[in-house]
Amino acid sequence: MTTATAHQPTSDKPKAVPGRSVIFKIKRCDGPGKPFRWESFKVPTEPGSNVISCLKWIAANPTTTDGKQTTPVVWDSGCLEEVCGACTMVINGRVRQSCSCLIDDYAPREGDTVTLEPMSKFPVIRDLWVDRERMFNALERVKGWVPIDGTYNLGAGPQESPEHQQMRYALSECMTCGCCLEACPQFLKEEDPKNWDTAFIGAQAISQARYFNEHETGARLKGDRMDVLTGPGGVSDCGNAQNCVKVCPKHIPLTESIGAVGRSATVHAIKKFFLGH
Amino acid sequence: MSEQRVIVVGGGLAGLAASVRIAEAGLPVDLFSMVPVKRSHSVCAQGGINACNEVARQQGYSEYEHFDETIYGGDFLADQGPVLEMANWAPKIIDLLDRMGVPFNRTHEGFRDLRLFGGSLFKRTHFAGATTGQQLLYALDEQTRRYTAEGKVTQYTFWEFLYPIVENERCVGIVAQDMRTMQIRAFRGAAVVMATGGNGLIFGKSTNSVICTGGAASRCYQAGAKYGNPEMIQVHPTAIPGADKCRLMSESARGEGGRVWVPKNVGDTRRPTDIPENERYYILEERYPKYKNLVPRDIATREIFDVCVNEGMGIDGSNQVYLDLTHRDPDYLTEKLGGILDIYEKFVGENPRFTPMRIFPAVHYSMGGLWTTYTPGDYNPDSPLPAHKSGNPIPIDSNPGHGLTIGAPNNMMTSITGLYAFGEVNFAYHGATRLGANALLSCIFDGLCNGQSVVNYVRNEAPTVDTINQSVYDNAVKSEQDKHDAILATSREPSEASPEYNPYQIGIEMGDIMNAQSTVVKTGAGLTKCLDKLAELRERYKKVRLADGAMWTNQSLSYTRSVGDMLILAEAIAKAGLLREESRGSHYRTDFPDRDDDKFWKTSVATYNTSTQLSDIEFVEVKKGLVQSRPRTYGKTDDAKDTAKTPEPATAS
Repeated sequence: MTTATAHQPTSDKPKAVPGRSVIFKIKRCDGPGKPFRWESFKVPTEPGSNVISCLKWIAANPTTTDGKQTTPVVWDSGCLEEVCGACTMVINGRVRQSCSCLIDDYAPREGDTVTLEPMSKFPVIRDLWVDRERMFNALERVKGWVPIDGTYNLGAGPQESPEHQQMRYALSECMTCGCCLEACPQFLKEEDPKNWDTAFIGAQAISQARYFNEHETGARLKGDRMDVLTGPGGVSDCGNAQNCVKVCPKHIPLTESIGAVGRSATVHAIKKFFLGH
Repeated sequence: MSEQRVIVVGGGLAGLAASVRIAEAGLPVDLFSMVPVKRSHSVCAQGGINACNEVARQQGYSEYEHFDETIYGGDFLADQGPVLEMANWAPKIIDLLDRMGVPFNRTHEGFRDLRLFGGSLFKRTHFAGATTGQQLLYALDEQTRRYTAEGKVTQYTFWEFLYPIVENERCVGIVAQDMRTMQIRAFRGAAVVMATGGNGLIFGKSTNSVICTGGAASRCYQAGAKYGNPEMIQVHPTAIPGADKCRLMSESARGEGGRVWVPKNVGDTRRPTDIPENERYYILEERYPKYKNLVPRDIATREIFDVCVNEGMGIDGSNQVYLDLTHRDPDYLTEKLGGILDIYEKFVGENPRFTPMRIFPAVHYSMGGLWTTYTPGDYNPDSPLPAHKSGNPIPIDSNPGHGLTIGAPNNMMTSITGLYAFGEVNFAYHGATRLGANALLSCIFDGLCNGQSVVNYVRNEAPTVDTINQSVYDNAVKSEQDKHDAILATSREPSEASPEYNPYQIGIEMGDIMNAQSTVVKTGAGLTKCLDKLAELRERYKKVRLADGAMWTNQSLSYTRSVGDMLILAEAIAKAGLLREESRGSHYRTDFPDRDDDKFWKTSVATYNTSTQLSDIEFVEVKKGLVQSRPRTYGKTDDAKDTAKTPEPATAS
């Protein structure tokens, strides 16, 4: 469990006006290759409103502030508890999960505006829903699994110190949301899967590779993982902007992971040079 | 001729465990999910997973006692063989997850740490921080990815299951729709495993994910699969009501001194911290002076519900009460409850160390589900045994095969041959209510143990689906395409401003009536009212109007279709609740407050009647047990000592 929360003590927040309406300005797109357009909706709030509840209200009342009938906004969501990663979008210019985005914080006064945009580093499917297949592909590329012998009963796994478990647990909370990639200047939108093998892979997969390398059995595939991460688009493409760690909603030590994998990469390269494999 | 394939629908713990097991056995798997499987609802489970372990064993615990606890917790409604088998497998499942790399919390020496959980006096719950479900799901996601990379599993992500294809009384494939392109097509499969989870969205706001509509289960039900114990729905007493959903607040908040109260004066608008002590009604302390705030889950749920719904004393007239920790030292609270208090702060925007939390019970889990069958194992005592006492010799060891015949093709098969139901979507393990930290176990157990049954069915009994006439599949697609097109066409009808036919509005009204009449406290009159309302909603649904006519990524269409399916399942839930004239586990009828074993030690089995389009309910005897029925006294009498001794520990869910 991550403990830090961004919330200030209650008393420091601007007091939200009860019963107010706020404006949702939403960047919309009907599908791949279709133009973007902006639509605004006036949404009544209730105590505890978040972006999800407002999008649900719009779905039931799809009329813009111009009085135009439109379609419900399409967006991706799942658990609404900030553990599945689905509902990530760009809100007032910053990438985050929309379920934990409270309207009282973002638009405390009557008529305040909340701007919603799809993430820009992934192809838009429709409206706010983007295709993050590339992130799952990256997990496959770095062999993001522990190579066990099968599901038969072969006893327990390796013992582990609580300190090491805590370190791995911090990495294991990655929910593949893509915030780190959206904020990264080196990670660029790449629609053609053919280019995924050479474009910068980004903090998410690098940190996950570290996670599996840190498991006793998982480390058996470390060489394969390092082959990928020392190749084109690997760890050396990181520009050290450190945006990733600032936007990670789970406070995963991403820059630490990049540093650790970078050091392993050096060792890996030297070994390869001398041993030829 | 290409090889026989298996279809798995749903990529939560049950679906992934099944996929891994079946692929490992050498059969190719087609895995369908509405979300990338890593985002399945299993991520939401927090507390842990139960299994006997060496420490507990040396103190007198056993797999057998875990089995006994589960049967007792479920108020004897579950068939007992499968539960015995599940408890016996549990330690081995933990070992396997451990080998897969799940970061289970560790003791100083490096062994897996354990925590106390409701329903047991022994520490038998394994956990990974406060996100055990997420960690287990990720481990199985990783193994599935490995088989996907090897070409043994093919993942169909963002595909929605529409209907099973049944030919000659055997399931031979499914119709599914790509949620992006809206393409509808058929897939051949020698067997189909449904692992589609619960149905919380029928009750409006629940603790479930947005995908947990029960739509897939309802479609199987409409296709002829029977549905078991639909009325058995678990309501968690302390959830955080949100504008979009309800989020769990662990019972450890009460364990650490949390007091439940409402203002004595209805309509008191003062801030809670401004209301003096003598103007507060401490609900549980006044009604249960002995156990106070530590009454068990079902009691707490009922009393909070009663104060708000029946007495109208909820905060500001809403369905909310205070759960107050502000009398405790903030540093102590951070040490003991930091994680869960942060969740509250994140989603409510108030610091519970200084402002009382606002909570209300919320629908959490469906014990009922698709009715399934099994072949019993080799353990069959002459007569059911009395309650097991810790430390006594166990009547049967924990080797596989005592509760279920491992690999029997009918294990967890629905009433449609070749159609299986694994995990929360079946009705098999939790009886009338579920013990905390048994859900993750039942899901993984189904996949691993009964995945072998699927393999054996395909190898030995299933028809060769490649030779089935293509028209069977074409007709199934056409039927679904017609239904789809009919819904889509409503978007082009002249606009009728009335919200009466808005699918979202119908969904909200269904949730409201189901929540009010078919959850915590039920009565014959209330359930009749609920059924009447559902009938009205079904009529309105016939004229439902879609607001989006897009042929691409039309979420409104998908939702609208599922509303129709939810209405059908809702009727089964309410009707079975009406006919079960007793109180058992989570099912509490004020007009029939006692358990009635003579009449209702029976599974309610719902069958969809295609001519009336309503449920036919029959009550079927629960199979002769391995342990005797005994009164489930948790909180119902003063001897609920074992529960009172074990308030839920930190981050229990």
